[in-house]
Amino acid sequence: MAEAVIQTEKLTRKFGSFTAVDEISFSVASGEIFGFLGANGAGKTTAMKMLTGLLAPTSGEATVAGFDVYRETESIRRNIGYMSQRFSLYDDLTPRENIRFFGGIYGLGSSELREKGERLLDSLDLQESADTRLAALPLGWKQKLAFSVALLHEPKLIFLDEPTGGVDPVTRRRFWDMIYDATDRGVTVFVTTHYMDEAEYCDRVSIMVDGRIAALDTPAMLKKQFAAETMNEVFIQLARPAKRGEG
Amino acid sequence: MSPAIQTERLCKQFGTVEALREASLSVAEAELFGLIGADGAGKTTLLRILATLLVPDSGKATMLGLDTVAGYREIRTRIGYMPGRFSLYQDLSVEENLNFFATVFGATVEENYNLIRDIYAQLEPFRKRRAGQLSGGMKQKLALCCALVHRPELLLLDEPTTGVDAVSRQEFWQMLQRLKAQGITILVSTPYMDEAVLCDRVAFMQEGRILAIDTPQGITKLFTRPLFAVRGSDRHKLIAELRSYEHARSAYAFGNSVHYTDARETADPSELASWLRSRGFDDATVERIAPGIEDTFMALMEEKPKELADG
Repeated sequence: MAEAVIQTEKLTRKFGSFTAVDEISFSVASGEIFGFLGANGAGKTTAMKMLTGLLAPTSGEATVAGFDVYRETESIRRNIGYMSQRFSLYDDLTPRENIRFFGGIYGLGSSELREKGERLLDSLDLQESADTRLAALPLGWKQKLAFSVALLHEPKLIFLDEPTGGVDPVTRRRFWDMIYDATDRGVTVFVTTHYMDEAEYCDRVSIMVDGRIAALDTPAMLKKQFAAETMNEVFIQLARPAKRGEG
Repeated sequence: MSPAIQTERLCKQFGTVEALREASLSVAEAELFGLIGADGAGKTTLLRILATLLVPDSGKATMLGLDTVAGYREIRTRIGYMPGRFSLYQDLSVEENLNFFATVFGATVEENYNLIRDIYAQLEPFRKRRAGQLSGGMKQKLALCCALVHRPELLLLDEPTTGVDAVSRQEFWQMLQRLKAQGITILVSTPYMDEAVLCDRVAFMQEGRILAIDTPQGITKLFTRPLFAVRGSDRHKLIAELRSYEHARSAYAFGNSVHYTDARETADPSELASWLRSRGFDDATVERIAPGIEDTFMALMEEKPKELADG
């Protein structure tokens, strides 16, 4: 088995008397596409915050890209990429400015940044719009750019939080082409989504219910285990009896 | 019977962006009608014009027989509108929000309680909680209650299920079916193609245009090319290989298979299967399938630029 890029052992986060994430243990292998599913309020966001070094766990252990989530959060943040629908690029900056800004934050030098930035604009076919404010570009382009910018510093691991929300079905699939291309280059992908067909595109999928990981396996095995035709049925079987989330 | 909603060649431009381009549709009384499209397709602009919150640049719209510009005052008292962004008062409790919206419309929660009882029952345990402290699914239920509390004849819902998990989405659509059964006309927008089958009729929208309007069953008849489900190991390589096939029109991942569309009028699945075997995909299977809503939407999206190029 390939080396683990994420490894957690009874990772837990409490807020007062409420246990948002309850002793989750799993590992993500290098080069894997790992789908992280769960109902609203199941604890996904809290778990992601701990794994990206933004929130300290209450108890348990975890390493991400080889770094400890308690003591080495700065190293974690430098060695991962992160993209979400809510937080990605600045709409008031142009593609070129966004690349420079985020590349700078990730510690790329100016010559390296210029070279990588131009290569990126070429590969995305964005040269013509490189100096147009991002707000004026189609959502699909923005998402591709955001994904590429999150990989600019060549992290081994990228977190994608509902990266395809709201885009049309063709753009959504082109985005997955980009994800596959990244894994071909050895990048490990940790992805959340509400589109259950996208769960099928993952190597393995975990489903959180009430703060715990209720199931974790390949899509094929999960469907077999729950005697389901689709991942949507698997998800609904697991998430319907959830006790919390609502309220 | 006159339609509950009627629009004729509605246009709306924001700066250089054409948000709506000659959008015409009509929704019958007590119909559950879906606007299907991605962000930026024009769904919100259309709903805001119908809610009398925007004035179209050109074209005309009527709601319940009333013009949306001249008759906006009466329309507002007779419809319910749930915007895409959560717009209740975060600092008011569940109960206070509901009372507030009832009062604004000159109604009381008591007189219309039977309409919202099913939905509100789930909120009841949290009625003293501030709206801002509710979970996403609960906020949506409260927003729906507030849009219903004055017993509207017609409901406009802007992406009520976006960002909501599969279980809550299913519950939300069950609520809409019950409201429809009580005679309420519903126009609902969604980016989720799988929700289209739950509507009586749907309109596909893309870049401000309405691409097609029909029943969920009828609309798939617009997909005319041969469509195959291809299965095999290493999906990523399989997709790339299929796209390189000389007769390929498109190949896209679809759940656990790849949907391949042939560019020809007719095609034979066994021909494609043997070509795949010759390319080293020994375990690949090819099966002819009937197109679904998403296949149809994608095909129309990709055909549109050609057909409308000089339009």
